[in-house]
Amino acid sequence: MNKTFTLDGREIHFETGQTIMDAALAAGVYIPHLCHNPEFAPHGSCRVCVVDIGGRQVSACTAAASEGLQVDSSSEAIQATRRAILQMLFVEGNHVCPACEKSGACQLQAVAYYTGMLAPHFTHFFPRRPVDASHPDVVIDFNRCILCELCVRASRDHDGKRVFAISGRGLESHLVIDSPSGLLGDSSFAAGDKAAHVCPTGAILPKGRGYETPIGERLYDREPINIIGDVRAHEEEVV
Amino acid sequence: MAEKPRVATASLCGCFGCHMSLLDIDERILQLVDLVIFDRTPLTDIKTLGDCDLGLIEGGVANAENVEVLREFRRRCKSLVAVGACAVNGGIPAMRNQFSLAECLHESYRDGIGVHNPGIPNDPEIPLLLDQVHPIHEVVAIDYFLPGCPPSADAIWTFLTRFLEGRPIAFPYTQIHFD
Ligand code: SF4
Ligand code: SF4
Ligand code: FES
Repeated sequence: MNKTFTLDGREIHFETGQTIMDAALAAGVYIPHLCHNPEFAPHGSCRVCVVDIGGRQVSACTAAASEGLQVDSSSEAIQATRRAILQMLFVEGNHVCPACEKSGACQLQAVAYYTGMLAPHFTHFFPRRPVDASHPDVVIDFNRCILCELCVRASRDHDGKRVFAISGRGLESHLVIDSPSGLLGDSSFAAGDKAAHVCPTGAILPKGRGYETPIGERLYDREPINIIGDVRAHEEEVV
Repeated sequence: MAEKPRVATASLCGCFGCHMSLLDIDERILQLVDLVIFDRTPLTDIKTLGDCDLGLIEGGVANAENVEVLREFRRRCKSLVAVGACAVNGGIPAMRNQFSLAECLHESYRDGIGVHNPGIPNDPEIPLLLDQVHPIHEVVAIDYFLPGCPPSADAIWTFLTRFLEGRPIAFPYTQIHFD
C-alpha cells in the first residue's frame, strides 16, 4: 500500500521505518541538515533539520514518517528557527571564513546562506581551541568543529577504528582523538579513511591542497545547497 | 524637494577593503553622489559627524577609539550597517582573540622575529587596545548586516539602491558570501 505524508503541501511517499528526512531525500526534496548523512545512523544533534508538525518542532532526520502528517519545512518561522540554531553554531566556534580553505564549499556556510543568515546575531564565545597539524596528510582545526559526530560515526561504523569521540558535557563538549598523545598524527587515522571525507565543515581538511578552486567556481558559489546537494555528494570529484 | 539623505562611513578595525569595494561600484558612484550627501567619511575627509540617515561601518572594535567612533555613529545615524566580515563577526583581526593581549604585544614589539629596539609603544595619543576584538553588534545596536570580505561592489550597490528607494533589503544568491 502506498503511504504518504504532506511536506509543504506536497505529497511524499514513504515506506515503514523511514524518517521524514529519508522520505524527503528519496523524493528529491531538500530539508537543510548538517549532522545527517544517509550513509550513517541518524544522530539528531545539530537540529538544523527542524520541521513543524502540528505546532511541534521535531528533527526531520530522527522523526519517523507516518501516514497523513502535515509537515512544514519552509515557513518563515521554521527558517528563523534554523537561522538561530546556525547562529549559535557560528558563535560557539571560531569561523573565520575568509581564512578557511573550506570556504565556498562548506556545508555549514551553505546552509547558512540557504536560510538567509547574514550575521551571527549572538555574542561570540571566541573559545580558545587548538589546531592539530601532527598528521602528515590531514589537518584538524577544532575551531570549526560543530560536534556533528560524522567523523565519529564514520571511523567507528565504517573504518572500524574509533579514532574520534566526543568528550565532556554541555559547553565543555569537545572532539577528542584516540591516541597516546591525543594527537591525530599518533592515531591510526589515514587519509583514505571514510572519516577523512565526511566533515560538513572545514574542521577536517586534506593537507597540501588549499584554495585550489578559484572564487566564483567553488561548490556553492553560484547555486544554493538545495540545488547542489551535500559536500559528500561531490567528494569523489575532488579526491 | 526634501533634502537628500545624508550618508556617513567609517573604518574601524578593518583593512579599508570594504571602502575600496564601495569605490568599486565604478561609474555608479556618479549616480550615488546625485542621490545622497556624504557626511563624515574617508572619501570626503570630513572629520566631524553630523546627523545622518545612514551610517556604514567597516571593521570590528579593537580599541578605545573604535568604541567612541562607533557610539557616535549610533547616536547620529538613523540606520547603521555592519559592512563586511570584520564588522559582522570580528573577521581576521579577531583571530588575535586566541591569545592574550600581552602575548600579542610581546610577539609584535618584543619577542617577534625581526624586532629592533624592542618596546611596547605607549604614547598617550595611541588609542588603548581592548583585550579582544569584537563585532560591532556586540557594542551598539545594528540595523543591517552586509557580509563579505569584502562585500562585492554589486552587493553594496544592491543594498544602497534598495535602502534609498525604501524597498525591503534582499540580495541575489551570488551576492551573499562570508568570505
Ligand atoms: S568551516 Fe565553513 S563556516 Fe567555518 S570558517 Fe570554514 S568556511 Fe566558514
Ligand atoms: S570534526 Fe567535522 S565531522 Fe567531526 S564532529 Fe567536528 S564537524 Fe563533525
Ligand atoms: S540533520 Fe537532523 S539534527 Fe542534524
